[in-house]
Amino acid sequence: MNGLVEKHLLVSRIEMGTVIDHIPAGRALAVLRLLGITGREGYRVALVMNVESRRLGKKDIVKIEGVYVDEEHAKRIALVAPEATLNRIENYVVVSKKKLEPPEELEGTLTCTNPTCITRKPREPVTPRFYRVRGKRLRYQCVYCGTIIGEDEIIKQLAGEHV
Amino acid sequence: MHGSWKGRDVISILDFSLDDLEELYNRADKYLEKIRAGTPLRTLEGLVISLAFFEPSTRTRMSFETAAKRLGASVIGFTAAAGTSLEKGESYADTIRMLDGYSDLIVLRHKYEGAARFAAEIAEHPVVNGGDGKQHHPTQAFIDLYTIRKLKQRLEGLNIGVLGDLRYGRAANSFILGTALYRTNTLYLISPSQLRMRDETRIILEDLGVRFYETESLEDVVSDLDVLYVTRIQKERFPDPSEYEKVKGSYRVTRRLLETRAKPDLIVMHPLPRVGEISYDVDDTRYQAYFKQAYYGVPVRMAVLSLVFGRER
Repeated sequence: MNGLVEKHLLVSRIEMGTVIDHIPAGRALAVLRLLGITGREGYRVALVMNVESRRLGKKDIVKIEGVYVDEEHAKRIALVAPEATLNRIENYVVVSKKKLEPPEELEGTLTCTNPTCITRKPREPVTPRFYRVRGKRLRYQCVYCGTIIGEDEIIKQLAGEHV
Repeated sequence: MHGSWKGRDVISILDFSLDDLEELYNRADKYLEKIRAGTPLRTLEGLVISLAFFEPSTRTRMSFETAAKRLGASVIGFTAAAGTSLEKGESYADTIRMLDGYSDLIVLRHKYEGAARFAAEIAEHPVVNGGDGKQHHPTQAFIDLYTIRKLKQRLEGLNIGVLGDLRYGRAANSFILGTALYRTNTLYLISPSQLRMRDETRIILEDLGVRFYETESLEDVVSDLDVLYVTRIQKERFPDPSEYEKVKGSYRVTRRLLETRAKPDLIVMHPLPRVGEISYDVDDTRYQAYFKQAYYGVPVRMAVLSLVFGRER
């Protein structure tokens, strides 16, 4: 319970906005980055990293005052933090809680890493599409060339960083 | 399942059931007899087939052309992107739309993986994949399976070795997937470590539950094999030419090896062209099956075309 106590000590509650919980440890910055939050926007943002979690062992938490996350961004967060929960806060109260689930299919979200995939051919009207590969690890497979993309690559593409 | 081929695209061997394949082999048997008897056929009379080969081809293109003509169809097409509007900067998608307008079916080969699936999404007429980059070559796999069925009288319970470039070779990839559909086979995947099969193929083998072993040594496993499928190292698909130099000439099947180690009824196959993986002294041994395999290209592709058009006469 130490982490939980510390969390309450470190981060105050927010009046309205979003709390993203159960982010895998070390990925809070990636989540912020794919939401386009740099800190210069003026939002009050709280980051909690590497606190104990029963489900994940360790986890990160992000709290953003004054921002609600739309469907498209929720889908992207699910790709970086597949077990995250998205809490909508109004008047200091959680009004909705959504467990994120990485989508079975992606269209236009990721780029295929195979340089000779038809989706990488310049000037062709083709949108990259991927299916989720069954299994524990989060992986997607290109519909066209079969290339498999893993979590590191997904984070690199969506949040512009290596993990 | 009769009739399930009609109007279908032929993109990957994985799109076909064992019943579909059985129907194909039976149809190919019929055409093999017709070819041998010299019976003229008008099955596809009045139809036009595009052969769009954006990458070089000898056997695939010529056997498709022969198959189409033996069935009475007309053929249009090109053998390289050079000399077409692609050189002027026309997109692949626009070229496909044009061919779709001119003809009743498109056979295509392209260096980009996924080119056939993309074409099938654009074209209203069926698309037959004659090889897309390093990914699929389904009609070659049909021919390979048909050859095994002809020469071994079965496609189940065999020990099948696949030797060579399992990473970049589309024929090897489609052959591995095709033989794995018959789940009682055991696969011996023999290659230099740099040329092992790609992850996407491995996942499919695991899903199918077929038994497979990966090794670098042909000598260690050759005595177990009923079928040995040899492939060329795909020089043109190596991102780094120095990587090619490291594996060039790293394996060779010789008469001596076969006569000292192999089962007497082993068959040696190769999708051809070969560039030294099988020495010429194997050609006149009982193991040699690659010329027969090439010969079966025409009846099997006749079967593919007639089934996709849903015409039988």
